[in-house]
Amino acid sequence: MNQSDFLKVVLPFKDKVFRLAKRLLVSTEEAEDATQELFFKLWKSKEKIADYKNVEAFAMTMTKNYCYDRLKSKQASNLTLVHSNYKEKDTSLDKKIEHRDSVNQVHQLIEDLPEQQKIIIQLRDVEQYDFDEICKMVDMKPTAVRVALSRARKTIREALIKQHNYGVS
Amino acid sequence: MELANIEILVEKYEKAETSLQEETTLRNYFTGGNVAPHLQEYEFMFNYFAANKDETYTKTIQLEPKKSKKRNLKWLSVAASVVLLFSVFIGKQEYNKYQAQKQFDQISKGLRLLSSNLQKGEKAVATLHTYENTVKKILK
Repeated sequence: MNQSDFLKVVLPFKDKVFRLAKRLLVSTEEAEDATQELFFKLWKSKEKIADYKNVEAFAMTMTKNYCYDRLKSKQASNLTLVHSNYKEKDTSLDKKIEHRDSVNQVHQLIEDLPEQQKIIIQLRDVEQYDFDEICKMVDMKPTAVRVALSRARKTIREALIKQHNYGVS
Repeated sequence: MELANIEILVEKYEKAETSLQEETTLRNYFTGGNVAPHLQEYEFMFNYFAANKDETYTKTIQLEPKKSKKRNLKWLSVAASVVLLFSVFIGKQEYNKYQAQKQFDQISKGLRLLSSNLQKGEKAVATLHTYENTVKKILK
């Protein structure tokens, strides 16, 4: 497998990897580093890639594990993740959205979810993966995935309703 | 799509029982702009999901730089060891030279001391000669 073959295989899901990394690591820079690192790792194990039927799922699992590791080492070194570079970097995102504040609220709400639910909602609602694929990626049973997803969706919705009723924005 | 249908789908969505197809239907409805007021929250959610999907990784993925970095490190260590060896070699030479110089200095200092003392003795002997000569003259 040479470089161009490899890129042909991996480039289609680079954005997905990046978004998942960003979901978990919060900061854009961290996510970029993680993405770079991951593709480098994939490149190193390129011989094995040919054997995998679903490289994308494999990459997503790697991303998840890698981000967990990063988070763990962060906690160990007592660094807190600060959500600071969301607004200024995503101007195109802001422009596109009518209800910008409320949509940003959704971002914040997802941020506050437990990590597992974060991953699942990212994989399902943003990336639109099949349940089977998600099960493989997060290594969970289908029912557990569904429960987590349902819980995440409900939490977000209820929080949004609450904020609207109280007029908090 | 009719509102009643959407409501059914929304309920299924909350229980995470919708298929991808059904979720696409929901997405189309909620990002379309024409949303019933009591389902407004979903509009925010789906808009956010859609917007989030537009976010892309803009940097180019580099597969080589780290490799060359590693190779550089290897060569760097080789170069460093060569430099170390060389400097040890040069240092040893310099040390020997210094040691020799020191020895030479010591020896020459000793010789100088010896010669100055000898000169003193010579002078004393010279005075002794003059004394002897005078004595001989007087005794003649």
